[in-house]
Amino acid sequence: MATADWNPLGEIYYKKCEVYSMGWSDIVDISKFEVSAAPYGGPIALLKDESKTARVQVSTKPIITVFTAAGKQISQMRWNSGSIHKMGWSHTEDLLFVQDDGVVLVYDMFLTFKKTFGMGQEAKDVKVIDCKIFSSYQGTGIAVLTSTYRVFIINSVDDPRIRRLAEVPGLSSAPSSWAVINLDRQSRALIAKGSELCLIDQGGQYQVQTPDVSTEVTQFLAMSLSFNNRCLAMFTDKGVIWIGSSDLQKKYCEFNTKSPTPPQQLSWCGAGAVVGLWGNMMLVVGPDKDWINFNFDNPVHLVEEEDGLRIIGKYQHEFLYKVPEVTEKIFKIGSMEPGAMLFEASKEFYKGSQKADEYIRIIKDKLEIAVSQCIEAAGHEIDPAKQKPLLRAAAFGKCFLTDYNPEAYVNMCQMLRVLNQVRNHVIGIPLTYSQLQHLSMPILIDRLVLRKLFYYAVKICQYLKIADAEGASRILAHWACYKVQQKNEDDETIARAINQKLGDTPGISYSDIANHALEEGRPDLATRLLDFEPRAGQQVPLLMKMHKDNIALSKAIESGDTDLVYTVLLHLKESMNQGEFFMAIRNMPIAYALFIQYCRQQNRKLMEDLFYQEDNFQEEGTCKVVNSFNEDRMEDRIEELKLAQACFTKAKNEFAKVQTEEQIKLLKYQQRLEEEMNRPYLNLSLHQTIYRLTLANNHKVAEQLRKEFKVPDRRFWWLKINALGECGDWVELERFSKGKKAPVGMEAFVEVCAKHGNMKEAMKYLVKVSPEQKVKCLVKVGERKKAAETAFENKNEEELSYVLSKCGPSDKQLVDTIREKQEFIIIQQRSGSPSECSAKESTSSSDADHNQLALYHVTCQPHNRGYMVPIGYKCTIYVTCPA
Amino acid sequence: MGSTGHLSNGKLNLNLLRDYYRRELLECLDKCLGSKALVWDDALTGPFGLIAEYSLLKEHEVEKMFPLSDKGLPPSNVQNIIFVTRPKLHLMEQIAQNLLQEEHKGGFRKEYHIIFVPRKSLLCEKKLKESGVYGTLHYIEEFNLSMIPFDSDLMSMEMEGAFKECYLENDYTTMFYVAQSLMTLQFLYGIIPNIQGKGDCAKNVVDMMLRMRRELGGREPQITPQIDNLLILDRNVDLLTPLLSQLTYDGLIDEIFGINNTSVKLPPEKFVSSSQSPEDAPTEKKKIILNSSDELYGELRDKNFNAVGSLVSKKAKTITAEFDERHAAKTVSEMKHFVSKLPHLQQMRQSLSIHTSIAELIKEHTDSEEFLDSLRCQQEFINGLDTDKVNTYVEDCIGKMEPLDKVLRLICIQSYCNNGLKTKVLDYYKREIIQTYGYEHLVTLMNLEKAGLLRQSGQRHYPTIRKSLKLIVDEVNEQNPNDISYVYSGYAPLSIRLAQYHARPGWRSITEVLNLLPGPTIEEIQQIPVALRKRRSSITSSHSSVMDQKVTLVVFLGGVTFAEIAALRFLAQQDDAGAEYVVFATKVITGQSLVNSLTGVHT
Repeated sequence: MATADWNPLGEIYYKKCEVYSMGWSDIVDISKFEVSAAPYGGPIALLKDESKTARVQVSTKPIITVFTAAGKQISQMRWNSGSIHKMGWSHTEDLLFVQDDGVVLVYDMFLTFKKTFGMGQEAKDVKVIDCKIFSSYQGTGIAVLTSTYRVFIINSVDDPRIRRLAEVPGLSSAPSSWAVINLDRQSRALIAKGSELCLIDQGGQYQVQTPDVSTEVTQFLAMSLSFNNRCLAMFTDKGVIWIGSSDLQKKYCEFNTKSPTPPQQLSWCGAGAVVGLWGNMMLVVGPDKDWINFNFDNPVHLVEEEDGLRIIGKYQHEFLYKVPEVTEKIFKIGSMEPGAMLFEASKEFYKGSQKADEYIRIIKDKLEIAVSQCIEAAGHEIDPAKQKPLLRAAAFGKCFLTDYNPEAYVNMCQMLRVLNQVRNHVIGIPLTYSQLQHLSMPILIDRLVLRKLFYYAVKICQYLKIADAEGASRILAHWACYKVQQKNEDDETIARAINQKLGDTPGISYSDIANHALEEGRPDLATRLLDFEPRAGQQVPLLMKMHKDNIALSKAIESGDTDLVYTVLLHLKESMNQGEFFMAIRNMPIAYALFIQYCRQQNRKLMEDLFYQEDNFQEEGTCKVVNSFNEDRMEDRIEELKLAQACFTKAKNEFAKVQTEEQIKLLKYQQRLEEEMNRPYLNLSLHQTIYRLTLANNHKVAEQLRKEFKVPDRRFWWLKINALGECGDWVELERFSKGKKAPVGMEAFVEVCAKHGNMKEAMKYLVKVSPEQKVKCLVKVGERKKAAETAFENKNEEELSYVLSKCGPSDKQLVDTIREKQEFIIIQQRSGSPSECSAKESTSSSDADHNQLALYHVTCQPHNRGYMVPIGYKCTIYVTCPA
Repeated sequence: MGSTGHLSNGKLNLNLLRDYYRRELLECLDKCLGSKALVWDDALTGPFGLIAEYSLLKEHEVEKMFPLSDKGLPPSNVQNIIFVTRPKLHLMEQIAQNLLQEEHKGGFRKEYHIIFVPRKSLLCEKKLKESGVYGTLHYIEEFNLSMIPFDSDLMSMEMEGAFKECYLENDYTTMFYVAQSLMTLQFLYGIIPNIQGKGDCAKNVVDMMLRMRRELGGREPQITPQIDNLLILDRNVDLLTPLLSQLTYDGLIDEIFGINNTSVKLPPEKFVSSSQSPEDAPTEKKKIILNSSDELYGELRDKNFNAVGSLVSKKAKTITAEFDERHAAKTVSEMKHFVSKLPHLQQMRQSLSIHTSIAELIKEHTDSEEFLDSLRCQQEFINGLDTDKVNTYVEDCIGKMEPLDKVLRLICIQSYCNNGLKTKVLDYYKREIIQTYGYEHLVTLMNLEKAGLLRQSGQRHYPTIRKSLKLIVDEVNEQNPNDISYVYSGYAPLSIRLAQYHARPGWRSITEVLNLLPGPTIEEIQQIPVALRKRRSSITSSHSSVMDQKVTLVVFLGGVTFAEIAALRFLAQQDDAGAEYVVFATKVITGQSLVNSLTGVHT
């Protein structure tokens, strides 16, 4: 019968089942140990303090052993610090030891020391008389009660910040019992002082409360908070168990045990029942005064869970829990719930009985509920043999539903598979389905990793298809960190092994692993590992930390991240002398170039030094040239230029050398000119200098410079013509035109006169202009009509268009004439005879704003074969003219 | 900048990128509680204007805005002063100075912060520490605004120094930014499966990008790729194109007036409406925003300028005709219909008048003799005519002291088309330039040579490249183009030819030419999880080619010209287009800005 082991507690049932037969049964007698087990199926720590049990005073230190929940030994060590007052687990499954001087030591479950911190000076000075390790909002907290009856509390062992709670007024002896309550995101302590209870908090406030107890109370001997901190159980000196809300506002029941001694353990089983343990007798009390009694053959230890109570004994590890509602619905005798019917139907179906159909019919419209119930109930079963028929029933029921979303079913199957795996005594985490819901899968995976069960963890991730970044690769990274601790293997082997497993798996941080290796004192291994790190931003700082500056530099360069390169470069520059530094970067062109960039903006002198060292004469010369422009004094400028010249000579840059020479010469000229004429000439180019001289009518010096610097004729002519035009020296211009034959043509003279508005002068040169330039020149002097005529005489259509393009709105008449002539030429050229081609102006568009276009239609006759216009086509000629 | 609709009109919704930046910016701003004043590095106001409008900043308690200057901060009673700056050392000096002055002033207690755009820099932080103000700063944030969305198919980093730093100074910092930006794009639009590229910098970027993806370690967003191909081109693969005068509408606007962050400032005279009397004509330059939200500009910008006149007049006629409909409208419903169109018509008319004025301004320029002669000279060079000797026109330009950048552009074109110049010719030009424009340009010339814009004669690749890539097209139709060569009236930009071959038939067909161009050819494939791969539509669906047009992101390292962008847009519009293009460049450049970035002693 499924209900055989159900124990009724009022309306509900409690069930106790075995989870493990303990692996330690031959070696351990837990009555001789102090026991502490972590919740959520965590490991069990045993502390054997022989000094307490021994009859004679012995000086041996206690031995600490850690077992899995299945009683398999994980680790053992002999304590070598002070006197342990209390031992407990943190939410990350670290083992905490609180010494009587308030020092807290943190170990992992392999008993590797992690860290230590104190509970403050006062606790250290006056000693701790009691201590609670509790779960707070920020993780795991510790509260200590000192011999001065003050309470000090930290809310998180990860970030220990000590707070002192308010003083209980008039407390002159140790409280008979106390507890830490976590409500409203605050940790407070509840201190029993005689028949009163005092709630003290961090803000220095205290609150005295007297709970409603019907019998007389002198003392509260024990108190216990439920897992969720909402309910409180207290044991009075008269043997009464008081059950109520943790704010003491509500009382659920009082139960008289008639026991004069307080229980060894007062615990909660989930949130529904209080359990007291006296020797081998365990009493379960429900909120309605119902009770169950259990007797054990051996001493046991109770561990609270959120949904039940674990009972750890010498031979067995049992779990006491309330039979879940849904399980009750299905299995309760005579239940007519849909789930129960479906379960029956499924059973009949596998027996091959037609009753299956009958049952299904009964619950036809509630089938969906039935399936959900079966799935849920399966989740609550611990024994796979009981899970299976329930799941099978759900699967069977599912067949009759058309639109059923299988997700819940699939999820449950997956979860159960994972749960059954971790519950296996090899792993030994007896987690229930509701605990897992609360704990979440990632944390379960973390716990596997914590136990160094990397392979299981990876397999679970792969099975659940968890993304690599959160799943497999994260686990592999942990594995790698563990691997680098293995001192018996050499660096090369480890590095290779790690890379082989991890490869390029996304989400792996090789730099983290390398950092770990470095902390383990294995820099060589770290370097090897860093080689695999793709993120230069992570790699480079660590390399620098390891003083592998050269590798850091080349990695930074590879990344292309300029800032990273500078980080290394500037570090190098500071840690080396200049010569070494230059040598270090000379073979790294990118680093070299970036350093030059830096110098260019910050330290030009250093840049020159670099070029000098590298025999880069060309660049060195360029630097000197730039410098010459920054010098104020003439001598310094010339000095810099001389240096530049020398550099260019060494660089075999003949051109630059000669130009520099000439520049020196020019500067000297200009200086002399400034002194003589009292006008600024410095900083002008040679061309500008001669131009200025010409403007100043100083043709002799101009000529001298021209010869000295071998200015080509053509340019000199342009220079002189323009200069003379600018200063309006028309006489000199004319004289110049009559001199040596101009290499630029007469049109240059026309142009300059026209540019400066002297049309009369321009006409003088116009006659001498070559025929092909004539039209252009006529246009330039404004004689558009004449230009048009000349162009027509030349029978040159292009020239006509040119004139046309230069016509403005005032030339309307001229435009018309030109167009006529133009058409004439076009047609003549293409057909040979103009008469046979008709051309007329078409309508010009009416909107005056945009009247830019005049349209012409030319209809080509069969015999006038133009190369542009196919025969018979109408062609439109667009002529653009400015509006 | 009210509307941003134009950003989402393309195949790739760039509003996504803009929103991403807005979120990042606000996150930075919201870190400082209370009222704020922003102190701007001048170069950033333009780009920021395209990301977040003032009202948005106001919502986040930005009360004042000041330009960053040596003069210090004007008094204000805000709680936070935030400097928004590029990581440049000279700006750090200004900030330090400002902070010291503030400290000196005392008074109302404020908190000071810096937001670096696009990235923090160690050197800058060091500088601040050296100046003794680092401790005064509360937050030092970075705001990674590196791709400024200009239009639905155009993003620019607006980093003018990129070309110089890469090719002259071997400083590839910008390439690192490019790689990071591409990662941002992939974060928003999915991993780009196919990567191809040409050039050393392209290789650099691709290597960094692949590396960064590895660094991400699989933590990438699960998005179906919206960009199919990535094409990365180094500017030095095609140094010829940007040197030539652009002949498209927006290309010319940029060449003549300069477009900055999609806006141009024009002389105001042309924009005086007839109602205004000439006395109160504005003297300030008229600022006009140029992007595809202006329908007409969207149509005009990529046209050859010779086709702009006819298009404008055609538009004018349609609009007049539509306005005239009001006379024809008899019934109430007809009237209603007309009125509903009215706002659009008025907008069109306004935009028409703006662009008519701009076109006139451009025409003044393009009709000038200087422009036409220079164009003729360029055409001769690219056709390989008389490139081996000193060119008279260039000589005359020097003789007349025309702007140096114009002269340098011409000589560089000649050098490119002649596969480098003979020592004699080169030295002659160089000497002429130094004598005319000054000795300091010895450095300019050295820079040009180092960057490869000027060369001594080398292997004769240009004729081969010109022929195999059909760079010169004789029969060019400027009105209704049939080839990308219309953007330079007869010259097809080399870079865009590469993009064209890339789409169809693929680079394998031009391996030989690619080998003649500098730098390595890169081809990489990024694996995409099967679930994210684009489903190819089945063979049965007849529209597959239209629906499936691939998106290619073209990255120009070292800048891109508007004419090149126009050519790409033209390619995408063709019936047999292999791809839609989105352009991402380190900067929108012109020949002038390219040459100027290499000019001078102040390197």
